[in-house]
Amino acid sequence: MNAPAANLETPDAFRADLRAWLEEHFPASLRGHPRLLGGHDALHGPAEDHARWKAAMADAGYGAPRWPVAYGGAGLNAQQADILAEELERIGAFSPIAGLGLMMLGPTLLEYGTEEQKLRHLPPIARGELSWCQGFSEPGAGSDLASLRLRCEDAGDHWLLNGQKIWTSYAHLADWCFCLVRTDTTVKHLGISFLLIDMRTPGIEARPIKLINGVSHFCETFFNDVRVPKDGLVGEVNHGWTIAKRLLQHERSGLSAQRGAKAKTHDLVELAGRYLPADETDLRGRLADHLLQDHAYRLTLERRAAEAEAGMTPSTPLSVLKNIGSDVAQARAELAMELTGLNGLGWAGEPYSPLELELTSHWLYSKCFSIYGGSYEVQNNITARRELGLPA
Amino acid sequence: MILTEEQQMLRDAAQGWVSERAPVAALRSLRREHAALGHDPALYREMAEMGWTGIAVPEADGGFGFGLAGAGVVAEQLGRNLVGSPLLTTSVVVAGAIELAGNAAQKQQWLPAIVAGEARAALAIDEGNRHDPAGIALAAAAQDGAWVLSGSKQAVFEGPAADLFVIVARVAGQPGDETGLALFLCPADTPGLTVTAMEQIDSRGCARLDLAEVRLPADALLGEAGNAWPVLTEVLDRGRAVLSAEMLGSAQQAFETTLEYLRTRIQFDQPIGSFQALQHRAAYLIGQLELTRSAVIGALRAMDQGAADRARLVSLAKAMAGKTLRKIAQETVQLHGGIGMTDEHDAGLYLKRAQVADMTWGNEAFHRQRYARLAGL
Repeated sequence: MNAPAANLETPDAFRADLRAWLEEHFPASLRGHPRLLGGHDALHGPAEDHARWKAAMADAGYGAPRWPVAYGGAGLNAQQADILAEELERIGAFSPIAGLGLMMLGPTLLEYGTEEQKLRHLPPIARGELSWCQGFSEPGAGSDLASLRLRCEDAGDHWLLNGQKIWTSYAHLADWCFCLVRTDTTVKHLGISFLLIDMRTPGIEARPIKLINGVSHFCETFFNDVRVPKDGLVGEVNHGWTIAKRLLQHERSGLSAQRGAKAKTHDLVELAGRYLPADETDLRGRLADHLLQDHAYRLTLERRAAEAEAGMTPSTPLSVLKNIGSDVAQARAELAMELTGLNGLGWAGEPYSPLELELTSHWLYSKCFSIYGGSYEVQNNITARRELGLPA
Repeated sequence: MILTEEQQMLRDAAQGWVSERAPVAALRSLRREHAALGHDPALYREMAEMGWTGIAVPEADGGFGFGLAGAGVVAEQLGRNLVGSPLLTTSVVVAGAIELAGNAAQKQQWLPAIVAGEARAALAIDEGNRHDPAGIALAAAAQDGAWVLSGSKQAVFEGPAADLFVIVARVAGQPGDETGLALFLCPADTPGLTVTAMEQIDSRGCARLDLAEVRLPADALLGEAGNAWPVLTEVLDRGRAVLSAEMLGSAQQAFETTLEYLRTRIQFDQPIGSFQALQHRAAYLIGQLELTRSAVIGALRAMDQGAADRARLVSLAKAMAGKTLRKIAQETVQLHGGIGMTDEHDAGLYLKRAQVADMTWGNEAFHRQRYARLAGL
């Protein structure tokens, strides 16, 4: 059967048709597969089933359910997109299409891209065919992102790039990069442009950086005399900062929604049942404190979604939500380490269980939650000045 | 998770009334003029005229059926200006107990009077220095077709003004048992009952009850003798949920007052709110405030829906409200500096109310432990 169309009259009719479609297309072998986050996640289960599932979802436009059909989406309204998410969860399914292109660049291009750019770049993102990396941070431009220096000169029929980016996630695997470049060195914010770059262009080199937990999907990315076609520019030259700020909002909202409940890697109550002595009280009290924060955070995400659905301005600012989200996720990882105790100190091999090794690796990795996407301190600056109106 | 149009109208009306009729200055005059009563009867009459005394009472029982969500909307606005009154104990807690456990005659006797604002009521439960709903020792014995109650109650919230008490008594078992409890309707003028006002830090009504062989007729029993625990839990949770909404309002107001001070207080030739150390404290507080708001809305909704996990959500809300309000009240004093220590400034009023509200019907620690138990930890 065909995927149910966005113009079905009632939510119930849409849900019924969707349910039938999902039952026909979702391979049972992939049931319970973890939700994909980065677009380069490890896949478990038969490869051909993954390919079949991805093709079905892509054909239906369900990778980017709310994007217009012309750009590879399904044109669903918010309620229908919620129903899709609920029905996927109900049968233990997941969206096989994910990544930075979908989460950040897509919404930004929908707003700022030319028609030509949208038609060229959005469908491959919605189908999960091309992956994107984010060229924002530089060695000298972290929290103070606008001080970035990657030089971009107008060389007549093309742009000429020289410089370096850092913390570019999956740059060594990505097909394309959305990148902030410096087109005017005499001013700060008004000298930045937003550029789309094919990662196979000669002169680009991406080197993975090994992190404290041993994994390396962040890269240093070098640009030596890289020639980028003129049509890679999004928006006006020197006006990329406005677009970047909008994209960072999509990043914060994506990150805060992923953290906490939705990217829950483990259940602390279940871990406590396994690792915590029955007469222990101190850690138990701190676990309870965390459970309260976590629950209130999930309710806040729900409230925010309800407000957005009703067309209201969300009352909880994103900068506030991002910090709560990273706090909750980091606290959960710390508590898991305390629960596993000596068993949580393993790096590899026996006698550590796969779960223990994963918890430990996740604990180390979780330290980046309050650094990337605008650090905890930068979010607090934004909250204080922009949201609370405190003076600079 | 968002207000309906009806609730928005309710909020706007409450906001208007509170700012016009019950500014924080009203609490100051209360301290002088109605200290023993704990509230201003004239203001309570106005609340009744606006229908708030029937807001959470079902329409079938003569109320307005706005649910706890409606009561929460009003309570939040009252909390902003620390308006103390028996509204919560009367129209939510005692009316709730009568609605859930009362027979037709008991409902007829009390609910119309409560909705009309003529009867004010309080729940007499705690006996020790902490909230302990199962730790009831006050005994009720059946005698010649009547009940005889002896014992005492501490810190009865809004007790001094009450015309009617719902008294939690033990008919069987030991203090600590959830079984063996019963609820009794006891008018304040019943012989043998002594109501003594206790002067608390926040000027809100609070009383000690002493019962010396108080004889109550058989029809004073509310519900089933020995099996009051489910009803008691439900009405306590209603009260806790709406009190959490009130505490949210107090926290919100104290936070906004503090922000305004940070914007305008000049030291070292600049507004103190320009200092990053203070900005980040404010950013932390707004986060806790937002979490608390979500928890409060979640608890009110769960109670109105009769959701299976409603007790857990109420404990989440009360624990978060206690933690957040106390933290914000403490910061309100600290960030105001010396002026925050003066009786003339409102900061201290919020600090005192925060402490009392937190301790009422289970403080943060009580509800954190209850939440953990209900979550299976």
